[in-house]
Amino acid sequence: MTVKPFAITLEIGSSLANKTGSWRVERPVYVDRLPPCSNACPAGENIQQWLYLAEDGSYEAAWRQIMRDNPLPAVMGRACFHPCQTACNRAAVDETVGINAMERFLGDRALSEGWSPEPAGPATGKRVLVVGSGPGGLSAAYHLRLLGHEVVVYESSPLPGGMMRYGIPSYRLPREIVEGEVARIESMGVRIVCGRTVDDLEATMRDEGFDAAFLAVGAQRGKHADIPAGDSARILDAVTLLHDTEDHEPPALGRRVVIYGGGDTAMDAARTARRLGAEDAVVVYRRTRERMPANVEEVQDAVDEGVRLKWLSTIVGTEGDVLTIERMELDADGFPQPTGEIEELRADTVVLALGQEADLSLLATIPEVAVADGVVAVGADMMTARPGIFAGGDIVAGARTLTDAIGHGKRAARAMDAWMAGHTLERPARHALATPEHLNTWYYADAPHAVRPRLDAARRTSTFDEVVGGLDESTALFEARRCMSCGNCFQCDNCFGVCPDNAVMKVDEAHGYRFNYDFCKGCGLCVQECPCGAIEMVPEES
Amino acid sequence: MAVRFYQVGSFAVGNRLANRSDRTVQSDAERANSLTSGHRACQGCGEALGARYALDAAMRATGGQMVAVNATGCLEVFSTPYPETSWQLAWFHSLFGNAPAVATGVAAALRVKGRGDTRVIGQAGDGGTVDIGFGCLSGMFERNDDVLFICYDNEAYMNTGVQRSGATPPAARTATTEAVGANPGNPFGQGKNMPELAMAHGIPYVATATVADLHDLEDKVTRAMEFRGARYIHILVTCPLGWGSAPSDTVRVARLATQTGLFPVFEAEHGEVVRSSPIRRPAPVEDYLRLQTRYAHLFDGQGNPARPDVIAHLQAMADRNIAKYGLIEEEVSSS
Repeated sequence: MTVKPFAITLEIGSSLANKTGSWRVERPVYVDRLPPCSNACPAGENIQQWLYLAEDGSYEAAWRQIMRDNPLPAVMGRACFHPCQTACNRAAVDETVGINAMERFLGDRALSEGWSPEPAGPATGKRVLVVGSGPGGLSAAYHLRLLGHEVVVYESSPLPGGMMRYGIPSYRLPREIVEGEVARIESMGVRIVCGRTVDDLEATMRDEGFDAAFLAVGAQRGKHADIPAGDSARILDAVTLLHDTEDHEPPALGRRVVIYGGGDTAMDAARTARRLGAEDAVVVYRRTRERMPANVEEVQDAVDEGVRLKWLSTIVGTEGDVLTIERMELDADGFPQPTGEIEELRADTVVLALGQEADLSLLATIPEVAVADGVVAVGADMMTARPGIFAGGDIVAGARTLTDAIGHGKRAARAMDAWMAGHTLERPARHALATPEHLNTWYYADAPHAVRPRLDAARRTSTFDEVVGGLDESTALFEARRCMSCGNCFQCDNCFGVCPDNAVMKVDEAHGYRFNYDFCKGCGLCVQECPCGAIEMVPEES
Repeated sequence: MAVRFYQVGSFAVGNRLANRSDRTVQSDAERANSLTSGHRACQGCGEALGARYALDAAMRATGGQMVAVNATGCLEVFSTPYPETSWQLAWFHSLFGNAPAVATGVAAALRVKGRGDTRVIGQAGDGGTVDIGFGCLSGMFERNDDVLFICYDNEAYMNTGVQRSGATPPAARTATTEAVGANPGNPFGQGKNMPELAMAHGIPYVATATVADLHDLEDKVTRAMEFRGARYIHILVTCPLGWGSAPSDTVRVARLATQTGLFPVFEAEHGEVVRSSPIRRPAPVEDYLRLQTRYAHLFDGQGNPARPDVIAHLQAMADRNIAKYGLIEEEVSSS
């Protein structure tokens, strides 16, 4: 046998025989982190996910993703105070993503295209009463219907919508939008009975055979301040002003109107007063502009429309058309304290916007349901002390916004479903938050110079009826694509590309990637170069 | 709808929103993987990454009709310990100093055999390119031989234990340029600017690139394959071992080399610069230096400058590059 030198005796082999994964002390794993937008959304929308769907023009799929949590996208795309945008990580790069405008774009498209919601689930034989057809009641009704329950909504007003109709002026929320989205919920088989006031909840449930009830009657009564007033003073509350304006019977306000309060309702009242012909609308508020509870954008809109703000002031008396105003100053804790300095202000009408309270007399026959300060006590599942009676919206403790009410409705519906089936609902653990430190923002395209002005203009365009215009399709696509997809893989292929060891494999379009731990050396380059923070290193088990 | 705004634009490897033709070769699940798994390069090796980026792009540009000739160095040692190899293309190794000459010979042989459609790439580290192989390379350039030569520049002899090369930057610590006393590490005023030396030969195409900009790197390799004759691409590849950077920071460090202006990224044709890559997010050289222990002697333990004179000297070099190659675009006046 011929003896060959060593250097040519071995067959050529591949380095694939060398499993470099054994070098590793840490391994990368794909994670889903909770984007700050979703974390901040009171309705629990999966915002990153629906923007992801919208990014390639899959508008209907995006809308359906919203509808899993919120049945009123066109309404909320206008009236929501979008805490999602306040939380958006993109603010650190250039400017927050216009999530609210995108939601409106999708909501409007659903109405114009006539997309129908998912059909009601298979009938469960359970019958549920919802009291109140505001955002909380409608949200609960929708989600309960999706789960297959028979749902009846009793509404005391002549038309459905609650505060969407009687609280938010039409220049912010056109009524055909409310009607369109309410009609869609009715089309699923939710029965809304208007002009029907529930005076005794227990009797109604018993007499009409309801298995459970969701109470969302809202806070409909304006609070009154104790202002010493002469006979001739004209004082009304903001809720009445907005309600009567909606019913086409606006009160006569006169030329000079003072609005007392610093919340969103005060701004709505002031802007409505301007539209009803008041030449001078003055908001009187006891603290500073910075401390006004009203949404800053709405305050600015009001100022832009000529509303004047008079802060650090309280009304101490009124006689005829003369208001006595005392100047306040903030103490070290930020509370307003009187200074004794007095001035006069003339007003034909004073509108009180000092908050609202609920009429909860329908609970009078159910003493175990605790009511304190107009707030019904509920657990995390939105259930009151009386099993089967749930409550949400403005009558429970919380932020008292439309979006919170929608979240309450969803949460209550799922808890009611579980309760009626005889088990309790397990809420899944929340993912860890995706923070700016998780992101590698190098990879996100700068919004080109040509893009920004278009977006700005589209967000601000005025029309005669509605103050804020919508996005056109190309602008909406730009806006959706500004989303950084925080904490959730959007298939940019960076991990697949930057691995020096080819240890990242593509599964398929729908499932992204997986690591080949036979060869991954654990360098962490994929983690560092992942734009959105969807990979993390975890220690290898020794 | 033609909305040309793609979330991650042309910065990321792929992009589900963009046309396939606008995505990188690396984003393709069917890429050649010229340098496959199981190689023995360090964690986070920039050279392994740069070589796969460049060769996969060349494989696509040539339809797989190509031969690579490799000088001795890390890239050869970690990829081909007998009898295993990581190379998934025709690959040839001879000596440390003669890769350009061997590549010339391979190209000549292919031409003689009527296989001129098969393209040749020579490749080496910075030692094999600017020092040991320089004579052969200069000859290959001046004869305008039909070879694309790629230098993977990690700025020292890393394979043998981090010794200084002609491409080691000033102030860098290597095993042969220790920062002792007032000595700043590698002295200023030495070394070679290889891309400019290549340009001085007047060859058809010269380009620089880094592992931090994949689109740019692939474009340049693809562009180089459109020429016949001698071409040269100089790719900066981070070396976590020799530079003392975190393995996870390989791309980040290379990116900072470009964003500080220390490593200008440009293209030249027939000896003239035709295009340079503007700096997108300008950064001071300190940001780059701080990530690497080879510059640790320029800082105190807390990351504050201990040798502001040396840092200022390096900053001046970066500023000179920025001016020379026009790396910062003039402000466009807003209307």
